[in-house]
Amino acid sequence: MINQTSSMPSSPPQAPLVVEMRGIVKRFPGVLANDHVDFELLHGEIHGLLGENGAGKSTLMNVLAGLYRQEAGTILVKGEPKAFSSPRDAIKAGIGMVHQHFMLVPSQTVTENILLGLDDPRFIMRLPDYNTKIAELGERFGLKVDPRAKIWQLSVGEQQRVEILKMLYRGVDVLIMDEPTAVLAPQEIEGLFVTLRAMIAQGKSVIFISHKLQEVSVIADRVSVLRRGIATASGVPSKGVSRQELARLMVGRDVIFALDKKPGRPQDVVLEVTDVHAESDKGLPALRGISLNVRAGEIVGVAGVAGNGQSELSQVISGMRRCAQGQVLLNGDKISNRNTLFGIQHGMAYVPEDRTHVGSAPNLSVTDNVIMKNFRKPPISKNGLLDMKAATKHANELKLAYDIIVPTVSTPVRLLSGGNLQRVILAREISGLPAFMVAVQPTRGLDVGAIEGVHRLLLAQREAGAAVLLVSEELEELLSLCDRVYVIYEGKIMGEVMIGDDEPDEGAALSLSKGLVDTIGQMMTGTPLDQIQKEGVAAHD
Amino acid sequence: MTEPTTLNKRRAPFRFRIEPRLSEPPAWYPAAVSFGAIIVALILGGVLISFAGGDPIRSYLHIAKASFGDIGVLSDTIVKATPIILAALACSVAFRMKLWNIGAEGQFIMGAFGASAIVLAPVLPAETSRWIFIPVMMIAGMAAGAIWGFIPGYLKAKFNVNEIISTLMLNYVAVAWVNFWIFGVWTEGGFQMSPKFPDGAWLPRLSDYAKAFPIFRGLTTHLGLVIGIVAAIILWFIIFRSRWGYEIRLIGDNPNAAQYAGINITRNTIWVMMLSGALAGLGGMSEVGGVVHRLQTAPVAAGYGFTGIIVAWLAKLNPLAIIFVSILFGALILAGREIQPSGVPKMIQGIILVCLIASDFLLRYRVVIERVEE
Repeated sequence: MINQTSSMPSSPPQAPLVVEMRGIVKRFPGVLANDHVDFELLHGEIHGLLGENGAGKSTLMNVLAGLYRQEAGTILVKGEPKAFSSPRDAIKAGIGMVHQHFMLVPSQTVTENILLGLDDPRFIMRLPDYNTKIAELGERFGLKVDPRAKIWQLSVGEQQRVEILKMLYRGVDVLIMDEPTAVLAPQEIEGLFVTLRAMIAQGKSVIFISHKLQEVSVIADRVSVLRRGIATASGVPSKGVSRQELARLMVGRDVIFALDKKPGRPQDVVLEVTDVHAESDKGLPALRGISLNVRAGEIVGVAGVAGNGQSELSQVISGMRRCAQGQVLLNGDKISNRNTLFGIQHGMAYVPEDRTHVGSAPNLSVTDNVIMKNFRKPPISKNGLLDMKAATKHANELKLAYDIIVPTVSTPVRLLSGGNLQRVILAREISGLPAFMVAVQPTRGLDVGAIEGVHRLLLAQREAGAAVLLVSEELEELLSLCDRVYVIYEGKIMGEVMIGDDEPDEGAALSLSKGLVDTIGQMMTGTPLDQIQKEGVAAHD
Repeated sequence: MTEPTTLNKRRAPFRFRIEPRLSEPPAWYPAAVSFGAIIVALILGGVLISFAGGDPIRSYLHIAKASFGDIGVLSDTIVKATPIILAALACSVAFRMKLWNIGAEGQFIMGAFGASAIVLAPVLPAETSRWIFIPVMMIAGMAAGAIWGFIPGYLKAKFNVNEIISTLMLNYVAVAWVNFWIFGVWTEGGFQMSPKFPDGAWLPRLSDYAKAFPIFRGLTTHLGLVIGIVAAIILWFIIFRSRWGYEIRLIGDNPNAAQYAGINITRNTIWVMMLSGALAGLGGMSEVGGVVHRLQTAPVAAGYGFTGIIVAWLAKLNPLAIIFVSILFGALILAGREIQPSGVPKMIQGIILVCLIASDFLLRYRVVIERVEE
């Protein structure tokens, strides 16, 4: 592999080194997650750690945070060699990590969560004292959160603040943030960035893990890039490097950002959702009167911050969840509150959000996984008997057509990478030539190259005249693929925006999409579209 | 940069480290590990035997001789293995769908009852030909077992009643049910057993053909073995080559994915429990028709259903592997009668089980021996 570090502009580090990782090696079953990775963190910087999913970013940082132990390589903190055998050791050395999935006790208060696991206080806990202490700490760093609130009462953004406070309370100097923006609305991301800047102003250092180029170039002072466990750039000043260059370092080739999207030719309505109400797994109302429709030959997006009812909506449509009120029509047939088989037999494809727990059977082979939808019909089965030869042939054809990288189709799918597993699922769903497809977060966790492939497949479906409902948290993805986007917030549709596919000159397109992002962002945080428009008019007056 | 604390400590020149396997082990590896585990178990058992004052090598030779020593005892081993094969097949199909059917014992007993009812009710007259008696008894045994599987299956499917509890409890009900019939209705002179079956209701044994093949003289291996092997082959075919088997495997591996694929889990829960019960019931029929030749609680409710659970697991739910594991367990049961104290084969059985389960670890992890650097 070519070492592209040398080609990047590098400036001599001015600030002292806080963390130095040398030649870190870490393996997992089937992957070399970190292959002799070097990493340096300067005092008082925000260091962006970029890489596709599965590139080894989180692994490297889990090593630094004491969660994993490296197989080779050394870690120096402020010049001293350290060997961490637990996160506790790392925190003692001043290194703390905020994970992608929060580790909080929902039924306890903010203060209780922050004190959890500390030896102080030993016996008697005088919570009010600690409440004030934590409130003060929060104020210092612009982390507004009520110390007495219970975790379950807090929004995801607030919970993230609690996680950051937890680390600050333990006195860490180095804070590692693992994909912190994945769960946040655009406005909350701004707030997070303010906090991070406040932290470095007070002498802390931050490592910001992300696979979103844009964010990293906005927030980071320097950037390191990992690709398949190898550092392709370390400590490059983010000002001196373009987005294209970073993308190339991440993916190893140029990424085309523009997709070849032909003008849409929407036909008849295929899916009609009318006033659907449904409950979440916890029995709380998750959908509160959703109405939307999808026409043949168009991709319709559902935008929203995670957990606003998107999952439940896709489950009601696919028949995996019952709705309490309202109905879903597919080509005029009522499909809500019937079984999933009915939808499958009426031409519905479903790419579920959870690839491993819903979309596939991990211990079964690729062959067994690709026949999940068509095993009832010839040529896969005849008279109740499976034709394994036909099934294997089918699997091999899909393997070839969809570029599934796997030694043989008898390999269990649990050994496949996220991107490959998603290709297995998409191959299965698309090869059934669906009339309607609902895809939930189809690109989550995939690398840039794989995302592009998924996007092309979705557009091909649209051109083939299928109706596609795309649920995603990536606004950029929705804007580049969809003809229309609905925004969902707390189980209600806040509004619907059209996305023109004829591209005017670049500047106009940019300001147009900037306006759209703002509008969608406001809807994602609970402002209905008509209210935004009213305010917009008022502002003009 | 040596750590000062390690300097004064004496340390071994190497250390063990356990790490997850990075790739799937080769195909022969699981079998080799299982074989190794049995060897280790026999060594451990030998240590315990010598603590108890016995001679391990002589004990093992004795066990081997008592189970496999000549064609006569081999036949006895197979007779012991036959009910285990069918009970283990019953468990394996339920376990594959992650239905924890602990009730093979009860279904086995009910199968014995159902088959006996044909003879004792009597549904067929005593002078009926063997070739009518046996198929009818098989059907009756399977039906009775299937009913005993249907009850917990239906409760699980419709009301989500925990099948572990319901199948376990139904075992006791089955014993009580059979006891009622052999005490009250079909008793032979007040003893807790039914009269002996007429010849036509006996499964043919090898010794029946001793006139034509003198070597079969005294061999008690009966038609149940053939039934067991055929059932194993059919079950393998159902699981791996049929649409239904595919549904079972999919539900077992990931019920969410099965629901997503449009598979009716409720219906499959009931059908699989019935298939499981039918297989165990067939085992009960084979035991009364081939060995006991009358309905009697003690020799039928001898724990084959529970042994079947262990055997199914050890065979990794593979119907064909179950045949061989059952023969091993048949040998251990037989040896129990041969050597004193009779606790020893039970103990060896336990040690083998623990070692085999522990050896699974080696399939997922590997042990690395590394030199400690000075």
